[in-house]
Amino acid sequence: MNHISLSITKNIHNWLFSIMPEGAASITEMVLIALVYLAIFAVAGLYLVLLERKVAAWFQLRLGPNRVGFKGLLQTMADALKLVSKELTGTDRADKFLYNLAPYFVIISSLMALAVFPFTKEFQAFDINIGIFFLIAISSIGVIGILLGGWSSNNKFALIGAMRSGVQTISYELSVGLSLLTMVLITGSLQLSEIVEVQKNGWLIVQGHIPAVIAFMIYMIAGTAETNRAPFDMVEAESELGAGFHTEYSGMKFAYFFLAEFINMFIIASIATTIFFGGWLSPFGVTESIPVLGVFWFLGKTLLIVFLMMWFRWTFPRLRIDQLLTLEWKYLLPLNLLNIVLMALIVWLNLTIQF
Amino acid sequence: MEKIIFYILALLMIVFAIASVSSRKMLRSVIYLLFVLVSVAGIYFLIDYNFLGAIQLTVYAGGIIVLIIFSVLLVHHIEMELEVAKTSKKILTGIICAIGLGVFLTTIYSYNFNVVENSISTTTEDIGTKLLSYGNGGFILPFEVISVLLLAAMIGAIIIAKGKKLTDKIN
Repeated sequence: MNHISLSITKNIHNWLFSIMPEGAASITEMVLIALVYLAIFAVAGLYLVLLERKVAAWFQLRLGPNRVGFKGLLQTMADALKLVSKELTGTDRADKFLYNLAPYFVIISSLMALAVFPFTKEFQAFDINIGIFFLIAISSIGVIGILLGGWSSNNKFALIGAMRSGVQTISYELSVGLSLLTMVLITGSLQLSEIVEVQKNGWLIVQGHIPAVIAFMIYMIAGTAETNRAPFDMVEAESELGAGFHTEYSGMKFAYFFLAEFINMFIIASIATTIFFGGWLSPFGVTESIPVLGVFWFLGKTLLIVFLMMWFRWTFPRLRIDQLLTLEWKYLLPLNLLNIVLMALIVWLNLTIQF
Repeated sequence: MEKIIFYILALLMIVFAIASVSSRKMLRSVIYLLFVLVSVAGIYFLIDYNFLGAIQLTVYAGGIIVLIIFSVLLVHHIEMELEVAKTSKKILTGIICAIGLGVFLTTIYSYNFNVVENSISTTTEDIGTKLLSYGNGGFILPFEVISVLLLAAMIGAIIIAKGKKLTDKIN
């Protein structure tokens, strides 16, 4: 199940299997990998928050966080520590069981999605043969947490926020799925490692030229909407709904929602990197001889797309809910279906650009 | 180890199925139902039917459960509880369920299951080709029938949602 064969992990693997029976060793190995991923992405999520604040400050001609640590580098760490120590409050007559369950839905579904990404050729926890489809399936679970959180808070603003989120996610999930399907027409495989392999003859956005660029644009719009970020942040529109579905949450439970939003942004950017921009492959194969640098390329491309999404957030005004639904159902969806036909034609007539 | 995971999943399914029908709070039953469906997806992943598992997650957990939650949010207030049925109704339902379970169990135990030595996981490509093939063992007819049915359902939903405006125009 675990295709990890970097030399360090190989040594740990052999060592574990030498001191334990097979079943116990593989369970220990899975737990270890899960812990490593958790630790990496909890910290990465915190630094994405810092990046967001710095980018926001830059766009608004401010300095941003600059007191804690060197140039404010420890600011979000300190915030996280503060959130851990805060009291967990809740509303009267809330449904306590669902209220406490909701944040875990959101955070677990976004952490599960991280397991399938190939960060570099050897660094992938779970190379499932339905890669992209698994990602779409997992991302459809997260919205349940938002709906539950909003309803069980027993607060009408939270409820309205949750309802908006449900409408939004159900609509835009279609566009995300269909735009990724357009790209699957070229690769002929859903497995992420194989998709990266196909792109050794040119990144998919180059291979598929016109329809691929359209698919990428639709994907970025729909992806931003799916993470509930501005300009699609009706879910937590501060000026209308307080904080939307997580109004009543405090401390660590609020932090789970917050962290999940940033990890989801990272996931959307990682999918875009893997599907459209060649994953861990370097441009023109400049560092093909040093496979470890794949991580660097992957993270570089991902952070560029993350920056693009932050740019959206601090540039565009928020849409109204009817504009949001019109955009999806009357423009993006028909365009997407046409785009799939166009892509099928191009693949059928062998008009893709191959290097 | 697979045996242990199977038993854990089976136990989860049974416990949450019972919790789902016995809970008096509507949204909680929906969530217990969600856990049952996710456990079924877990069983599919366990027997390496990854595609079916992911379908189970998207269609049932991500689609149907979200729709059910939506309707509950629209009609149900947080302080409401479901009524307890009359004793006569409870007994009747119990008897019908017992008969159903009996038929189900006798069918299962009287059938001779063959163990298939198959460790190859089905690829999406195979499923796609089978769905569109009109040769032997192809599924093109059910596939087309289902797509026509879904189209009819979609048009029906649109007509119902737009009903008033259409009749106004005729008048």
